[in-house]
Amino acid sequence: MLENYLPILLFLAVGLGVGAIAISAGKVLAPNKPSEEKLSPYECGFEAFEDSRMKFDVRYYLVAILFIIFDLEIAFLFPWAIVLDEIGVFGFWAMMLFLGVLVVGFIYEWKKGALEWE
Amino acid sequence: MHDFYLSLTQWLPESLQTVVWIMIKIVSIVLPLMICVAYFTFAERKVIGYMQTRVGPNRVGPKGWLQPIADALKLMMKEIIIPTKSNKFLFLIAPILSLTPALAAWAVMPFSDTLVLADIDASLLYVLALTSMGVYGVIVAGWASNSKYAFLGAMRSAAQIVAYEIAMGFALVGVLMVAGSLNLTTIVQHQAGGFWQWYFLPLFPLFLVYFISGVAETNRAPFDVAEGESEIVAGFHVEYSGMAFAVFFLAEYANMILIAALTVLMFLGGWLPPVDMAPFTWIPPIMWFGLKTSAVAFFFLWFRATFPRYRYDQIMRLGWKVLIPVTLVWIAVIGLAKFYTPVGFIFS
Repeated sequence: MLENYLPILLFLAVGLGVGAIAISAGKVLAPNKPSEEKLSPYECGFEAFEDSRMKFDVRYYLVAILFIIFDLEIAFLFPWAIVLDEIGVFGFWAMMLFLGVLVVGFIYEWKKGALEWE
Repeated sequence: MHDFYLSLTQWLPESLQTVVWIMIKIVSIVLPLMICVAYFTFAERKVIGYMQTRVGPNRVGPKGWLQPIADALKLMMKEIIIPTKSNKFLFLIAPILSLTPALAAWAVMPFSDTLVLADIDASLLYVLALTSMGVYGVIVAGWASNSKYAFLGAMRSAAQIVAYEIAMGFALVGVLMVAGSLNLTTIVQHQAGGFWQWYFLPLFPLFLVYFISGVAETNRAPFDVAEGESEIVAGFHVEYSGMAFAVFFLAEYANMILIAALTVLMFLGGWLPPVDMAPFTWIPPIMWFGLKTSAVAFFFLWFRATFPRYRYDQIMRLGWKVLIPVTLVWIAVIGLAKFYTPVGFIFS
């Protein structure tokens, strides 16, 4: 069984290799004439002002937090969906209860406006 | 074929023999894939050209057929600019981070009943894990560039990708409930019999949600705010040039083909012919797989030519307030129909 995963490991290595070789080839073949202007961050042709790592909207955090909750939910749903035929009606309602709790939270955040972007 | 290979490489130790054989198989997947990616970029320019009553690229080679090769050569000869203020290592690793998962996901793709490199039980889980990795390339690129546009593009793109990933995951749960297996080959075999057995009919809402999420995941039009040219220039890859940019470009197109292939496997019967009868069964399974994947991939190009770009709040509203509720409801519908109605058989 485990030897089935060897091709995957090798494939990941090939995937890394393709990108690394392409960029190295670009590095070797392409000219390299740096100048101060060329290496400055692009900002419509002006001198860059302020730090580019600025404050950003708190809603991005909110999305990230919501994502973790829902993604965990999906991680729970995957094995459940596979054995649904075996666990039957009881298993189905157990997960519906669990999903119901999540949906209540989802409705709460919806009403609170966490999903609004104006 | 394998026997011939074994006789040719007798002098190698056995473990190395296996590794080389696997490498040959991998190359025979990656190479055609890269050619497909290159010609997909060409197809995009041609298709959009004709949709806008232009001809598209037609100068390099006969009817423009050498255009992708010319593009690749040109990009290879262009300087890779690494901005002074950037984090050099992260800046160079970001494109690789986005290309690797797009390629490595093909390790578990079944091209036909028997033609699959790694036939593992949890192949769908593996694919889901790898497609989620793609977002790191975008975030790392936006952060490492140390440029305002890149940073904004990365933030937008990350929030958008994670939002649609949830809808995508829920849509997959629906497929699993019906198929009862994580193995992609088994999922396709469950759809055997004819096109009325394919999952896009009983799971129609999930099929739509999956494909729309797929378009949003790959940052394609109409969800391409991450690189919205008219507002933030090129988004997360504004500072990239030459081959470093080309790798991002390849990753985007490879991801599109990947999403198209996954849609075909999970909802459109994979390599199975639409009707299990004479004229359709003459075409080999791998051709069916290729034809269906091309047809789905065509939609990506069609969307780009047709729809104007969504506003960011519209994108988030569609993801959170439409797609996720739809999938949740349909999961409950599948379960209820399965256990309480006489029509439960359509979901099994």
